[in-house]
Amino acid sequence: MASASTSKYNSHSLENDSIKRMSQDGINQGLSESVPRLPGEILITDKEVIYICPFSGPIKGRVYITNYRLYLRSLETDSALILDVPLGVISRIEKMGGATSRGENSYGLDITCKDMRNLRFALKQEGHSRRDMFETLTRCAFPLAHSLPLFAFVNEEKFNVDGWTVYNPVEEYRRQGLPNHHWRITFINKCYELCDTYPALLVVPYRTSDDDLRRVATFRSRNRIPVLSWIHPENKTVIVRCSQPLVGMSGKRNKDDEKYLDVIRETNRQISKLTIYDARPSVNAVANKATGGGYESDDAYHNAELSFLDIHNIHVMRESLKKVKDIVYPNIEESHWLSSLESTHWLEHIKLVLTGAIQVADKVSSGKSSVLVHCSDGWDRTAQLTSLAMLMLDSFYRSIEGFEILVQKEWISFGHKFASRIGHGDKNHADADRSPIFLQFIDCVWQMSKQFPTAFEFNEHFLITILDHLYSCRFGTFLFNCESARERQKVTERTVSVWSLINSNKEKFKNPFYTKEINRVLYPVASMRHLELWVNYYIRWNPRIKQQQPNPVEQRYMELLALRDDYIKRLEELQLANSAKLSDPPTSPSSPSQMMPHVQTHF
Amino acid sequence: MLGKAGVGGGGGTKAPKPSFVSYVRPEEIHTNEKEVTEKEVALHLLPGEQLLCEANTVLKYVQEDSCQRGVYGRLVCTDFKIAFLSDDESTLDNDETQFKNKVVGENDITLHCVDQIYGVFDEKKKTLFGQLKKYPEKLIIHCKDLRVFHFCLRYTKEEEVKRIVSGIIHHTQAPKLLKRLFLFSYATAAQNNAATESRNHTVMFDTPEDWCWELERTKGSMKYKAVSVNEDYKISDRLPAYFVVPTPLPEEDVQRFQGHGIPIWCWSYHNGSALLKMSALPKEQDDGVLQIQKNFLDGIYKIIHRPPYEIVKTEDLSCNFLSLQEIQSAYCKFKQLFLIGEKNAETNAPVSCLSSLFRRCLKKAIEITACMDAQNMNILLLEENASDLCCLLSSLVQVMMDPHCRTRTGFQSLIQKEWVMGGHCFLDRCNHLRQSDKEEVPVFLLFLDCVWQLVQQHPPAFEFTETYLTVLSDSLYIPIFSTFFFNSPHQKDTNMGKESLYIQSKPLTLLTVWDWSVQFEPKAQTLLRNPLYVEKPKLDKGQRKGTRLKHQRQLSLPLTQSKSSPKRGFFREETDHLIKNLLGKRISKLINSSDELQDNSREFYDNWHSKPADYHGLLLPHIEGPEIKVWAQRYLRWIPEAQILGGGRVATMSKLLEMMEEVQNLQEKINERHHSPEAARAEAPYLLRNSASARLSSLFPFALLQRHSSKPVLPTSGWKALGDEDDLAKREDEFVDLGDV
Repeated sequence: MASASTSKYNSHSLENDSIKRMSQDGINQGLSESVPRLPGEILITDKEVIYICPFSGPIKGRVYITNYRLYLRSLETDSALILDVPLGVISRIEKMGGATSRGENSYGLDITCKDMRNLRFALKQEGHSRRDMFETLTRCAFPLAHSLPLFAFVNEEKFNVDGWTVYNPVEEYRRQGLPNHHWRITFINKCYELCDTYPALLVVPYRTSDDDLRRVATFRSRNRIPVLSWIHPENKTVIVRCSQPLVGMSGKRNKDDEKYLDVIRETNRQISKLTIYDARPSVNAVANKATGGGYESDDAYHNAELSFLDIHNIHVMRESLKKVKDIVYPNIEESHWLSSLESTHWLEHIKLVLTGAIQVADKVSSGKSSVLVHCSDGWDRTAQLTSLAMLMLDSFYRSIEGFEILVQKEWISFGHKFASRIGHGDKNHADADRSPIFLQFIDCVWQMSKQFPTAFEFNEHFLITILDHLYSCRFGTFLFNCESARERQKVTERTVSVWSLINSNKEKFKNPFYTKEINRVLYPVASMRHLELWVNYYIRWNPRIKQQQPNPVEQRYMELLALRDDYIKRLEELQLANSAKLSDPPTSPSSPSQMMPHVQTHF
Repeated sequence: MLGKAGVGGGGGTKAPKPSFVSYVRPEEIHTNEKEVTEKEVALHLLPGEQLLCEANTVLKYVQEDSCQRGVYGRLVCTDFKIAFLSDDESTLDNDETQFKNKVVGENDITLHCVDQIYGVFDEKKKTLFGQLKKYPEKLIIHCKDLRVFHFCLRYTKEEEVKRIVSGIIHHTQAPKLLKRLFLFSYATAAQNNAATESRNHTVMFDTPEDWCWELERTKGSMKYKAVSVNEDYKISDRLPAYFVVPTPLPEEDVQRFQGHGIPIWCWSYHNGSALLKMSALPKEQDDGVLQIQKNFLDGIYKIIHRPPYEIVKTEDLSCNFLSLQEIQSAYCKFKQLFLIGEKNAETNAPVSCLSSLFRRCLKKAIEITACMDAQNMNILLLEENASDLCCLLSSLVQVMMDPHCRTRTGFQSLIQKEWVMGGHCFLDRCNHLRQSDKEEVPVFLLFLDCVWQLVQQHPPAFEFTETYLTVLSDSLYIPIFSTFFFNSPHQKDTNMGKESLYIQSKPLTLLTVWDWSVQFEPKAQTLLRNPLYVEKPKLDKGQRKGTRLKHQRQLSLPLTQSKSSPKRGFFREETDHLIKNLLGKRISKLINSSDELQDNSREFYDNWHSKPADYHGLLLPHIEGPEIKVWAQRYLRWIPEAQILGGGRVATMSKLLEMMEEVQNLQEKINERHHSPEAARAEAPYLLRNSASARLSSLFPFALLQRHSSKPVLPTSGWKALGDEDDLAKREDEFVDLGDV
């Protein structure tokens, strides 16, 4: 898999691409020739600073701050360094040193980013030179705290493809063969009155009336009732998602909920039990009773079998990623790499998420039983499990558009709280709601694509681009917590979708080895032997770790592809020539092998 | 894993084949005696191989998904191997193991490949050795190539059990005499058909011409000369008959301490700097003797420390570097925990230990490379016998610096030069004679492991594949090749030549591993060749001279060309240091034991990696933690759960090969159109292509068909304590009360 950075230092790879693209499209490069600008992007200030590069030491440069990005150009002749950082990735801005600090470069700003790096700038001590920079950055990086719009609402970029049309729930359900005899589409949540964090369109059992659904909603945390995510095209078993039941300390029961699950179980006309996967560790599920939540007990749900998947909560994941950053940035923990990595538990969490998803996929694929997945609220771990299981089961989601639909459906429309988890434009960097749940999902997808390098239409660059724009605030795709909020803000009208960027330039995101295989269930091996740290993402800022780009197998393959196309063309030409002078004997004086480049490989 | 004694019967629902027994409980197995006698599979014996003992109705366990099955057959032990012969012929034919070894079959274990033998008594697993009082119901054999075999002896006649178990234990564990190696029986019996022509032009370094050829190739002949003072091993039986020393070195110096204390040439770089090695002088207490030694070394030093020789840097490998014990214990732990410890496969502590070995070797090799390339220094490797870590480092450095060593013949010649002729004690280090476990240290395997790191980091730079390295590592235990079965060339020559027991008209000719056709059919051999490797473009003769120089300059990368090249005046001090080192008074032992690269080589390293790699030039490995990997093909190939069905690197590789073939076909078609349509089509079929329709496993070409279904494998170990994160773990995602209860 290739990522496209070619610059010497790992400046924002994605941003470099966009610059190139923009100039191709002839969109204005800006009045100040030195800063690339998107349509709608305004230069606010610029300043001479010293960038303290953790890899090559202090570099004198000029920093430009716009309402979208921080851009630094080196003023030193021997350095090609360019930093191009969307302000959306900034998590925290700190002042370092005081007016009286001694020592070289001790006075300045330290910027913590959400994408596994820190940026340090040293400024001149005299004349409060940093105050201006600090204030501009704070205002533009955290617009919500200053009643300013996120850049996505100011962005005037135009693309020849509209990413907002990629996902149409009715079409997606129709692709799955829905509605059918057992499942119907309901508009009960059209105005988000049943559940404000669910999408407007839901698929529910045919036999359950809207009134039944309302009663079920009273027994599910935040009214997130069980609804269909995916149906197996042949055996008709389903993946259903929801939040935890409101059992509480007293062990409350709800006949409607119990009946509802039984109806779900019966939709594939199997006599087997319904499998419930509670993503949490059982201890946490029990503890949730204290706050009114809980899990489905055996007594209440005779026809269900519950297992816990032991996946930890958002706080554990956040701390784990923090530890990963500690061992990779700025320096890679050298001598005890594997034990340090082990102590972050990151891969172990990945393993548990993948293992859970494999179990879900296996149950459904084998036709043994339908599966209901939930955690506490059904918007973090649940989204991970259903979307990964769907990726394993349904090859459609392994295409570029299919994957976009999967993210749009299971994550965005079903209310993964992107705004809270990422903290777009919000200055409260220590917010306990922040957590890298979506990143963890993308990491799992990467692990799968690494194990099955021919099964995905997209490449690593695609995944990294998604993650970059998860933070950048350039597109509206990942803004806000749920569909109802997005509708209120008219996100689809007022912002551009990240899929517009990707789909208008698809070639760059394609995996040349992709081999379409319909109906192939993909089971990754969720063992520590095969899971590895996603170096090209987590350690991409370190110039020492730079992977060979592009990967040699891929490079050779592309050469061969070009050669093949060339030969096919030649062959066609020869055929034409031959039919033109059919009577003449071939009199080509020069041997074709002399004319053609030889394949430098042993056959 | 196969390791668990208890056999899970749960999933054995598949319809068993006639003699495939779905193993639920032992009582339920109906032994079909008739069938057993009907289909006897013939035991294939090599020339000179003798059947020692055998047992019938042995049940071999076959792991398949989560259930285990058994297959009946005959277990035999010869003086070459332990073999299991299945009664069911179909199991032999059906598997289409295209990558078949002609010498050692799928169910064969050479006696030297046996690592540990366990017996199961009443569900308890015990190590078996020596005389047994009680015979086990199950025999478990762990192999050095990491296969594990489980044989159930419950249905075997008692006397046969006794014979086979004690036979196997005796022939694999009892100390052996060199003369009793199968190697000799084989060589005697196969005398007439010894193949010599197809060594693939590997240079064996057993003649002065070979050494001269190498001196010419590396342009070292200006300053170094091949000597034959040790012809017939007159001086030393540790040194080869012919070797290379600095030209001015008097031959009597070589004799002085039986070759100790002599700088011996390994290789010259194109900038003139050379890699030398030296075995240390014997440690002496007596002051008089010490003085003699000091004077001797002084003399030697004077020779190699004046122009035209470059500045010498001594690398004393017996301090500041790995010890053999460390290597031994790291590999042991790795084996125990990673492979054999049944449920421990989920921790990476032993892997971590092993990776740090690789890092340290690669790091040292980088440091040496930096000195030679950037500072034009000569490196003198110093070790007690100059035959363990010396071999490892000098060959590793050459693989990195000399593109010739990355071709197959070059690599083989390198192993001949540094390991076989360099007197690496293969016999002791592999414990082939079972004489001392303490001596058993996988130094050569560590070398292959390090080379594998380079191969996986820079695939296009090598003419051979990881599969080649894997089968090379397996060849260590096949006693029909002489390559890895002697401690020194002296030992080999004295045991097969004139003084041999076998008084015959001509000395025995032994096979070498480099004749790969002995083990593999041409079709299988294609898997040893890397399709990504591109030979160095050959230039026209006229051009060659001019461009070569230019090319070389590109190669010597960073511009850290010793800014102020040290003045020769400093040397006196250095000499003292050197001599102190050589005499074993190691004062500054811990000067530089840190894990970080030293400043100089750090700059060199960073510089090199900041530029695109020239696969025909100097090649450096990445040594950052995340870049060091485990050689999955070798270490995981027999573990069915570790396979990714239809995935792994093989998946892209087979697509690449498909495309190559398509391109080639098109090329031929175009040629046909230009020439006669009957143009012959010479085409070597690819194994990969043939099986492309079937889904390959990530461990291809090994363990091809161990998992049939695509059922997922779930890791078994549970969650480990989070430690200090326990508080967080108990917290709720969101602090919102869900209403009254």
